Amino acid sequence: MKKWKWSNLYLIFVFILLYVPIFYLVGYSFSAGDSMSNFHGFTWQHYLDLFADTRMIQIVVDTLLLALLSSLIATIVGTMGALAIHRTSRPVIKNTVLSMNNILMVSPDVIIGASFLIFFTALKVPLGFLSVLLSHIAFSIPIVVLMVLPKLKEMRQSMLDAARDLGSTTTQVLTHIIMPFITPGILSGFFMAFTYSLDDFAVTFFVTGNGFQTLAVEIYARARQGISLEINALSGVMFIFALLLVIGYYFIQQGAQTRKAKHKGGETL
Amino acid sequence: MKKSTTNAAFYVPYGLWLALFVVAPVLLIIYQSFFDISGHFTLSNYATYFQSGTYILMTINSVVYAFIITAVTLLISYPTAYLLHYAKHKQLWLLLIILPTWINLLLKAYAFIGIFSQDGGVNGFLAMFGIAPKQFLFTDFSFILVASYIEIPFMILPIFNGIEELDQGYVNASRDLGAKGWQTFTRVILPLTMSGVKAGVQAVFIPSLSLFMLTRLIGGNRVITLGTAIEEHFLVTMNWGMGSTIGVVLIIAMFLIMFLTGERKRKGGRA
Repeated sequence: MKKWKWSNLYLIFVFILLYVPIFYLVGYSFSAGDSMSNFHGFTWQHYLDLFADTRMIQIVVDTLLLALLSSLIATIVGTMGALAIHRTSRPVIKNTVLSMNNILMVSPDVIIGASFLIFFTALKVPLGFLSVLLSHIAFSIPIVVLMVLPKLKEMRQSMLDAARDLGSTTTQVLTHIIMPFITPGILSGFFMAFTYSLDDFAVTFFVTGNGFQTLAVEIYARARQGISLEINALSGVMFIFALLLVIGYYFIQQGAQTRKAKHKGGETL
Repeated sequence: MKKSTTNAAFYVPYGLWLALFVVAPVLLIIYQSFFDISGHFTLSNYATYFQSGTYILMTINSVVYAFIITAVTLLISYPTAYLLHYAKHKQLWLLLIILPTWINLLLKAYAFIGIFSQDGGVNGFLAMFGIAPKQFLFTDFSFILVASYIEIPFMILPIFNGIEELDQGYVNASRDLGAKGWQTFTRVILPLTMSGVKAGVQAVFIPSLSLFMLTRLIGGNRVITLGTAIEEHFLVTMNWGMGSTIGVVLIIAMFLIMFLTGERKRKGGRA
């Protein structure tokens, strides 16, 4: 128990390290100056600038729409994929499909971006919203599969057998037994896909044309030109947004856990 | 088996995705690497890669940088994950570790442009001790630091999961049998949490080879990684063949790392 304080000190040190840049960034969004040095006194001006910047607002809306749409489609395809993998009985096929599923998870962003660029050009898909959307769906699918599969494995065969014995059709088993059971996994997958999409820069940078920008690409372009405290204000807004998302995700997981606990309690395990 | 038809139906969209977005792009990048800038089939890209010293040197440099970044993050992350495991309210702490990963990477890089600039936070701090303003931005040091900063959560999480899986009984047993703290750590805890470390190394090393936006924004084009070279060839010089060749090298490097850090299936395992 003597070491307790020292260990906490180290943890606190790491957390300070992790959060200093973020608070530095957000802190200067309130500075009256125009660079990230020497705090010049408090102002909301940069936030006002941000909300008056219609181009930026448009990009934020586009980015959110893209994230929502791509994660929705990725969740549907990914869940179907997980169901398919789960039902595959031959281990050789199962393992092959699983390792193929993981290729995009471990591939560096530049490889995904570059290969998709070749792919879209070969198929003559115009670079813009469509190519970015397809790419985001593509790199979000594997994480959905990985989130849903463990839930399917947890499900007990006896439940499905019982449902079939009681006369339910395949569709009924799917909608009444399987889907409710794996919903927490699907939600986690959706959340992860959503953040993947919001977070992505490299892949979008490769496959977007001139017409469509996401937030990350826009920030990159502006950061290369130098510091503008409007970006700091934007990061303040995004920090709040991330905080809300994390809290949302936390509650989903908590919900899943209490459900699990209840379930276990019911079985007197 | 009646369900085989529905199973096939589930496989259709997912299989399409596998074919179109996993298999086809990899094949296309390999195919593209055999074409020169004017579209003729050639092996010259590979010849250039292996013969001109610059590409080989760049690859080695990139690997060395990735290695340093991985080592730095590992050194910081392992104790953090370990202490986190024994901390009170660890779910909350964990959440706080995850939160920074939800802030866009570009914004974090942008923050460091401010922190490291001539009149930024770090130089302001150093000025208090009378140390003249130092150049931080656009140095190797700043690139490694920022890359490590960004990768730390991705290292902590797998190691933390590995430690969570560790059976506390083994640690207690080792203590009871008279092992010293350090011995328990090196002989029991570290070997049993190695899978988490490997997963973390995998999660950090591979992206570190390709962080082109950081080399541009923080490294000031002084640091060139494999990722920077690919971006340069694809989006600036439009020499897709050469870019693909480097891409193939990166893919091979990726498989090599996955093979080295891969989880070897232990038969039986513990109950």
